Amino acid sequence: MKRVYVKEEWCLGCRLCEYWCVYSGSGEKNFPFAFDKGATPPAGIQVEEVGPVHFAVNCRHCDDPLCLKGCISGALSRDGYGAIRIDKTKCVGCHTCIALCPYGCIVSGGDNMPIKKCQLCAGRDYTPQCVSHCPNEAIVFEEE
Amino acid sequence: MKKVSTDTRYVIIGNGVASIGAIEAIRKNDKTGSITVLADEKYPCYGRPLISYYLEGMTTRDKMDYRPAGFYAANNVKLVLGSPADRIDAVSRKVWCGDSEYAYDRLLIATGSSPVVPPTAGYEDVKRKYTFNKLDDALELEKVTDGTTRVLIIGAGLTGLKAAEGLYPRVKEITVVDMAPRVLPAVMDDESSGIIRSYLENKGIRFFLSDSVEKYCDGYALLKSGAEVDFDVLVTAVGVRPNTRLAESIGCVTERMTESGRPFRGIVVGDDQQTTVADVYAAGDCTLSYDVTIKNTRPLFIQPNAYMQGETAGTYMSGGSREKREYLPVNAGGFLGLHVITAGAYDGEPITVRDGGSFHRFFIKDNRLRGFIQIGEYSRVGILTDLIRREADLEGVDLASLVRHPNLAALGMDYVHSVLGKEGA
Ligand SMILES: Cc1cc2nc3c(=O)[nH]c(=O)nc-3n(C[C@H](O)[C@H](O)[C@H](O)COP(=O)(O)OP(=O)(O)OC[C@H]3O[C@@H](n4cnc5c(N)ncnc54)[C@H](O)[C@@H]3O)c2cc1C
Ligand code: SF4
Ligand code: SF4
Repeated sequence: MKRVYVKEEWCLGCRLCEYWCVYSGSGEKNFPFAFDKGATPPAGIQVEEVGPVHFAVNCRHCDDPLCLKGCISGALSRDGYGAIRIDKTKCVGCHTCIALCPYGCIVSGGDNMPIKKCQLCAGRDYTPQCVSHCPNEAIVFEEE
Repeated sequence: MKKVSTDTRYVIIGNGVASIGAIEAIRKNDKTGSITVLADEKYPCYGRPLISYYLEGMTTRDKMDYRPAGFYAANNVKLVLGSPADRIDAVSRKVWCGDSEYAYDRLLIATGSSPVVPPTAGYEDVKRKYTFNKLDDALELEKVTDGTTRVLIIGAGLTGLKAAEGLYPRVKEITVVDMAPRVLPAVMDDESSGIIRSYLENKGIRFFLSDSVEKYCDGYALLKSGAEVDFDVLVTAVGVRPNTRLAESIGCVTERMTESGRPFRGIVVGDDQQTTVADVYAAGDCTLSYDVTIKNTRPLFIQPNAYMQGETAGTYMSGGSREKREYLPVNAGGFLGLHVITAGAYDGEPITVRDGGSFHRFFIKDNRLRGFIQIGEYSRVGILTDLIRREADLEGVDLASLVRHPNLAALGMDYVHSVLGKEGA
């Protein structure tokens, strides 16, 4: 399956990917509306920095997804495409998945609220918005 | 891959997540063998930990099923509900539920665990008494509680406090009694436990610690300390015991003696989850798990283990194999708004970081992260769990950065490349 890969030598640390991710997940038509209710990144992608180096971290949609295997409610599942998806109506926000993801790719949605994670922009024809809007092609969406 | 005939008969006793893990793994290797699941409870598998969320109104009955409707049919599984297995014959390879007989080629025992109820004077005469392990317990508690109910909970461990959380919005008063001197004794140290206790006390929950019930009287409990606690509903949540009876009856080894001379109960299994009896496997709460932090087996009553052990069992039962899994204690959950994640063993040098109202404690020994306790706000803690599981050497790791905000960069760019870059994937 295609995954999002990082090319940190090109990452500017602009964090546009984080904003496009929030927008994509919001389901809103217009970009600014996604932030009206105070939503802030990160959600499904987050930029790390060490000195001058920056890179974006995104869910690996692992072959052995510990998040899914540890979920207490069955809210996480793998879809037909291969993406590990969250059913927001089932998630109770226990954070077992946050305790298990080895790469820190799941973000709390707050007390009793569903977690946030990368859905590979399934709702946008699996066209990851972080990748499409990275000005420097520092993240790519490619086959293994 | 070991050869498995196309008409292998798989029988699974128990219908918790261990059972689901096994079904999913078997069907990856074997699309045609028959799978029969014998279930004591009368429901398709539900998220057991959700029973407190249900009472609290944070989930609904229809959202609790662990897999979508149609899961059993889609996997060609015969699910026999309300049908506890009561006998196994490992020689003729049969399981009985009353008069019904089920022949197997591979058997999985995934019977989970049952609540322990310590013998206490007057207990039998308490009218409204419950344990807190099954959906039926929650459904009953829902019926017998209202805004006037005073609840007495025995046990300040995870289950007891989860019961308290679930009942909190429904009832008038909650009192928790535990023999241990602190709440969540198994997963907290003194200081962290104190934080949770005062938080819950501020919410109005009353604790009697280092105390226990001497006897139950008419409408109240008399504690060893002499205190009297009035109550209408009693919930006993002092712990669970692995359901090993069936395994024991066919000669499976079901305990391990520890160095201290105290036995650990639980079905003994190999890395493939096979018991000491051929073609009989076991997974989940009924077994002893290999805990990488103590380098030995112990009971680990947590859902991720149950699923993964079931999956491992199913893989081997259907002729496959997999890399050995490393288990460790990992617990996550909120208590009336205060969130907690803990993992691993609490030995070694503690490092404590406090910011705002949050508390983070890390245990480091021989230059390796052994365990942690996180209370309040936290992020990306799975990175730490993974360090414990891998027993990663902290040489070259930016520990100061890691304990403030777990991040991959602190582990070095080589590691980052290996997990995020294309060449590493
Ligand atoms: C209130 C509560 C909260 C919890 N919270 C968490 C949490 O937040 N995180 C976490 O990781 N873990 C949690 N746990 C623990 C977790 O639920 C268990 O570790 C997990 O359910 C174990 O799964 P299992 O499949 O091994 O067993 P179980 O879920 O116990 O399932 C076993 C099933 O087998 C059935 N059975 C037993 N004997 C027979 C028989 N002879 N014939 C047929 N069927 C039989 C039982 O009735 C049961 O339905 C919690 C548990 C409780 C009770
Ligand atoms: S959230 Fe983490 S564990 Fe789950 S699939 Fe993504 S990277 Fe893997
Ligand atoms: S937070 Fe939600 S998705 Fe994560 S383990 Fe808990 S219920 Fe599952």
